[in-house]
Amino acid sequence: MGQLQNFSKGFIKDNPVFVLLLGLCPALGVTTSAFNGLGMGLATTFVLFSSNLVVSLIKNLIPAKVRIPSFIVVIASFVTITDLVMEAFLPALYDSLGLFIPLIVVNCLVMGRAEAFASKNNTFSSIVDGLGMGLGFAFALTLLGGVREILGAGEFFGLTLFAGDGMLVFVLAPGAFIVLGYLVALNNIVKKKLY
Amino acid sequence: MEYIIIIIGAVFVNNIVLAQFLGICPYLGVSARVSTSIGMSGAVMFVMTLATIVTFLIFNYILVPLDITYLQTISYILVVASLVQMVELILKKVSPALYQALGIFLPLIVTNCAILGVTILAVREDYGFHLLEAVVFAIGHALGFALTIILFAGIREHLDLMDVPKGMRGAPAALVVAGILALAFMGFANLV
Repeated sequence: MGQLQNFSKGFIKDNPVFVLLLGLCPALGVTTSAFNGLGMGLATTFVLFSSNLVVSLIKNLIPAKVRIPSFIVVIASFVTITDLVMEAFLPALYDSLGLFIPLIVVNCLVMGRAEAFASKNNTFSSIVDGLGMGLGFAFALTLLGGVREILGAGEFFGLTLFAGDGMLVFVLAPGAFIVLGYLVALNNIVKKKLY
Repeated sequence: MEYIIIIIGAVFVNNIVLAQFLGICPYLGVSARVSTSIGMSGAVMFVMTLATIVTFLIFNYILVPLDITYLQTISYILVVASLVQMVELILKKVSPALYQALGIFLPLIVTNCAILGVTILAVREDYGFHLLEAVVFAIGHALGFALTIILFAGIREHLDLMDVPKGMRGAPAALVVAGILALAFMGFANLV
């Protein structure tokens, strides 16, 4: 598999949210707007990139039996770094993402890539995989947040698209599930056309 | 009375799955049959209560006095992971019947964000819980998880027999159903 394919698989073919259905908690929880979705996606991309890098470097040093706890410690360290950096430099975004920043630790996507890819492949492929999957995740979250923001508030990235109140339900919890359901269906159709 | 309010708030108003979006992976993953979702709920309740007790004590008597609360995430996830392993070993020895029922769900719980989420929420300053309140808070959230996943599994068993449009089969239809369920739970807002 070429590196380009390795990178691009995260967007449509193996999109973490739409196809693999991983990391759904943050995907549903923070996507009240496109900006929040993008912020969460990029934070996760950083953690995924760094943990894939470290895991692929130390994969030969860790005995197979204790690999899962070791991966968790690696991931948790990077999540703590992200948490502290965002609290210091992006306080507004940090407040709106709230609990979901420390919860990147238990995002099955990060653990899944460490276990399924980085622990078996060389460092360069692992970085590309982490970056591709992370950006695919960010793409999905931005799309989900964007659709919810447009339908629910009539805005996109904070710019007013149409005046008046939107359909509030799309910003609230039920809208998250329903929009994600239709986006998964849409992705299924697009994927069938492309591959 | 206080405890009843905490439980009602946790089960209906701030339902862990439908209002706070925690534990979505097991919610979608093991909700195909009612029987498996009951097993999962039991395991979640068991681990969530234990984990909240342990992490509450660690946070208030180790992390806060030493002023190292930034280690919260790392220490919590280690506590949850080792607790699950320990519970698994003890159950296997002490109660094989219970182990049979919950066994396969226990490893899955380590990456269940509902557990980590509730343990973090239980020590938040603005709640100011003492230990017993934190335990009731955890039990309430576990009950909320049980209620929603069992309801959802019941609906999904029927959904299998329905004629769903081709593109919507499987996950998309389940997500839309979850959305409608969340809509129903919105009726409980402002109850407490």
